[in-house]
Amino acid sequence: MKREFPLKVTIALIPVAIACMVFGIYRGEVATVLSKAINICMECIGLG
Amino acid sequence: MANHPNALRKCVQAGWGILTNAYIKGFLPGLPPIYQGNLKQVCVPGMNCYSCPGALGSCPIGAMQAVFDGRHRQFAFYVVGYAALIGLVVGRFVCGWLCLFGLIQELLYKIPTPKLTIPAPADKPLRYLKYLILLVMVFLLPFIVRSQYGVGEPFFCKYVCPVGTLEGGIPLVLLNEALRATLGWLFRWKFFLLIMCVVASVFIYRPFCKYLCPLGAFYGLFQKVSLVRMRVDEHVCVDCGKCARACKMNVDPHKTPNSNECIRCRECVNACPMHALSMGIGALKPSAGEEAGEDAPAPSAEAQ
Ligand code: SF4
Ligand code: SF4
Ligand code: SF4
Repeated sequence: MKREFPLKVTIALIPVAIACMVFGIYRGEVATVLSKAINICMECIGLG
Repeated sequence: MANHPNALRKCVQAGWGILTNAYIKGFLPGLPPIYQGNLKQVCVPGMNCYSCPGALGSCPIGAMQAVFDGRHRQFAFYVVGYAALIGLVVGRFVCGWLCLFGLIQELLYKIPTPKLTIPAPADKPLRYLKYLILLVMVFLLPFIVRSQYGVGEPFFCKYVCPVGTLEGGIPLVLLNEALRATLGWLFRWKFFLLIMCVVASVFIYRPFCKYLCPLGAFYGLFQKVSLVRMRVDEHVCVDCGKCARACKMNVDPHKTPNSNECIRCRECVNACPMHALSMGIGALKPSAGEEAGEDAPAPSAEAQ
């Protein structure tokens, strides 16, 4: 059987990812994402 | 019956694509041309342009760049954490099941033409291109390069992303005369890239996913670590190679069951005559044979 990455480490990393998200939310990044997403992104569509 | 599991996957892909792009008003003449509600605070897991008239959520790659290229040069903790969470739970399962652009490439590949496999000496280095794109165009350039007004640019969105052109650019330009009047070299360049991508998809299975997509690259980094994994029961596997032949992403799941390139479509799992491959959370308990340390069985006639 091939060696696998320990599942316990994966489970321990999940709260780290959640903490990252929470820190970003706390810093106000959600508003940055929203304001970019609700206006037509000129770069995305090839006009900007 | 053999195609039944794949039909289920196509239904999930199409259903998810429709569900996440269900803002019908965006496709009707008049304003506003895109959805402007709070759902866009959250990203969808796959590549889905937030400038698509129907999009109800944000694109993770676009959203990362939107934070990186801001005046304050901030790291995108919210979106990177979100994408890392998805990667840690399912890895590239998103690519196989929940990405509209992945489905579009698969449908183009169904057009009956001779198919191409890029030879390994070219294929291998090309696969690294998507990591370079992720690092340079998504993370570094939007963060570093600034205009005279102190803001950066979403380099990947602006100069590469064919998803933005297909889902955002083309419908918006068709629906809006004012936008049509402003088309220039950048639109022509991005349109050219899209056409290249569409044509390549007819002959090569998911070329954008294999070589260019920064989101696929990001999720790929979590393949060996994620909760959902693939596992080979080597006591059952007879090394017939059917799984590798079934894989259109050119992975050999028997050798590298959690390859960064695997999109977790399960076609190899369904193709294995010995049921030696399994996919699920923790990839699963060893078979009774493995636990007892028994030898592998002889190949069955079906597996030859
Ligand atoms: S242009 Fe591409 S990367 Fe940018 S937001 Fe649209 S789909 Fe996402
Ligand atoms: S590699 Fe990118 S475009 Fe392909 S399925 Fe994954 S997220 Fe979608
Ligand atoms: S290894 Fe299997 S699950 Fe992964 S992409 Fe290939 S066929 Fe799909």
